[in-house]
Amino acid sequence: MPEVRTGRASLWRRLPVVRELRQSVGLQRGMLVTGLVITGFFVLVALLAPLIAPYGYSQLRDENGLFGAQQPPGGAHLLGTTVGGYDVLSRVIWGAQTALLAIVVAIVLSVFLGVLLGLVSGYLGGWLDRVLVVIADAVYAFPSLLLAIVAAIVISGGQSGQWQGILAAAISITVVFIPQYFRVVRAEVSRVKSEAFVESARVIGTSAPRIMLRHVLRNSTRTLPLILTLNSSEAILTLAGLGFLGFGIEPTGAAEWGYDLNRSVADVSSGIWWTSIFPGLAIVLIVLGVTLVGESLNDLADPRLRTRRRAAPAPAETIAEAAE
Amino acid sequence: MTQAVVAAPRRSGLGGLWRYLLVRFLLIIPTVFILVTLVFFLMRTTGDPITAALGDRLTPDQLQQRIHEAGYDRPLLLQYLEYLGQIFTGNFGTTITDGRPITEILASYGSATLELAFYALVVAFVVGIPLGMLAGYLRDRWPDAVLRVFAILAYATPVFFAGLLLKLVFAVWLHVLPVSGRGSTRTEIDLSRVDSPTGVYLIDAIRTGNASAVGDVLAHAVLPGLALGLLTAGIFLRLVRTNVIGTLGREYVDAGRSRGVSEFRLLTRHAFRPALIPIVTVIGLQVAMLLGGAVLTETTFEWKGLGFELAYYLSKRDFVAVQGIVALLAVIVAVTNFIVDLVAAAIDPRVRY
Repeated sequence: MPEVRTGRASLWRRLPVVRELRQSVGLQRGMLVTGLVITGFFVLVALLAPLIAPYGYSQLRDENGLFGAQQPPGGAHLLGTTVGGYDVLSRVIWGAQTALLAIVVAIVLSVFLGVLLGLVSGYLGGWLDRVLVVIADAVYAFPSLLLAIVAAIVISGGQSGQWQGILAAAISITVVFIPQYFRVVRAEVSRVKSEAFVESARVIGTSAPRIMLRHVLRNSTRTLPLILTLNSSEAILTLAGLGFLGFGIEPTGAAEWGYDLNRSVADVSSGIWWTSIFPGLAIVLIVLGVTLVGESLNDLADPRLRTRRRAAPAPAETIAEAAE
Repeated sequence: MTQAVVAAPRRSGLGGLWRYLLVRFLLIIPTVFILVTLVFFLMRTTGDPITAALGDRLTPDQLQQRIHEAGYDRPLLLQYLEYLGQIFTGNFGTTITDGRPITEILASYGSATLELAFYALVVAFVVGIPLGMLAGYLRDRWPDAVLRVFAILAYATPVFFAGLLLKLVFAVWLHVLPVSGRGSTRTEIDLSRVDSPTGVYLIDAIRTGNASAVGDVLAHAVLPGLALGLLTAGIFLRLVRTNVIGTLGREYVDAGRSRGVSEFRLLTRHAFRPALIPIVTVIGLQVAMLLGGAVLTETTFEWKGLGFELAYYLSKRDFVAVQGIVALLAVIVAVTNFIVDLVAAAIDPRVRY
């Protein structure tokens, strides 16, 4: 996140999440810490997947022969095997990697494009601004999953391998997110650009790109960490949704929870629970962790919702006046 | 938002409300136009729909002939203009794989999606609003913590996983509710005998006057309604909580309390009423989310609605059908957003500037 690097307190204390962590108390701190722990655990699992996963994500056999389909949990397969004969535990662990990659690519792309468009549109104004706003509003109002489906068709024609699949999913998610960053940054930029310091910069002959990047952008990014966390959770859900509708990543390409859930729909009706519960819980847990972080950041950013260390009682005279 | 686009001085002849509504109504057109254009050009960058749908089943010559007959070898701009013209006259195209007009799909499956969305909204209101008020009132105490975690869980659970879980517990393990579908075979037959059916099973079942049919339809609705509704319930809960916290701190609430108004009344009237306005506006965005969620819920429960059809044509790679259904949904979303704006303006005069 862009941070202003000059100032009083140390940089570490003013980093977005660290600052809020120090600011929070009680229940809010509990929620933030829980969220951070879950998110950290998820990132760790994703990074260490090759080491922790007992088998590969597309492994069907070991030295003892085929795993067999729909084996119940226990023995060599702690969480059982899927209808396709994969090890559930390994697919769940490898799935974390896929999810993390897709989120990172999607967020980086959408922040970059969304912020750029918002900055240019908000700063320059005029007809370009109007056209972009109408387009962003139209896209924003539309069901994001449907948009992601269209994007997935365009990018991969619907079927995909490992990197191609992750990239396709990430780009599909990006298309959905750009309008959100665009709107937020544009609103901030049109507020900031009328401030005196921007005017001053213009007066002394600073070039427009430099004003945009140094003066306006730096002062327009305060809400970004919040949207970032909320979008990460939305990205996981969109990726899983695409996978569930059959637009995910082929099982031989990478492990993807939405795909596994899609294949488990028939299992559920016959009482086979382990193929759906575990990938599903993985999604829930991660979205929960990231959302807890986002929610806490949101509350801490909003003075109405922030729990204070000491509650300030309402002035007695206002109550008396209003009671008249 | 969009109202900034039209910022002309108010005229005396036209009331603020009417002007506002006219502007909102006219904004439907660019919204639909942009989405339709976007979807058209995006979909066509993948090549022509005939090859996508039938490429592996026809010989190259047959393929060429089909492409030529359908006019997909003409300049793209020409096709686009023709497509716009068709949409304008209410023709959303015909599916490639089975030759059904998209509008016919809407007519036969739209009511199912509408019914599902209705059940989901009922769940969302009944669960989300009272719990949100409670959480806001007991702010930062343990019930608030529990409810907030519930709200986040409701959001964090993908609708299809919630659906699978509910199915597993209530249909497969406990055997109290049906696994999937909109009604048992017997009910479906009963309902098909209704003259001029609405397609909304609940209404049709009530019209048959057959209590067991009504019960059966409702039993089938519980799990899909819950799966889709809980997601929205979580959002409502959070929204009501935040807004009630805001209004509970106002002076008129303290004033009410000092007059001896009961805490229940303070919460449900004084604090909740003004908190309703942001909720109404958010419902507009929820409609879009409900439609997206409906696609997933319908697939999970084999609920034969628009979303189920969309998923079916997706799996068949029939992109004309996909494009048609998506364009149709764009119109539905734009129109519902207009209606929501209308309701918001009727409730809160501050909206209509």
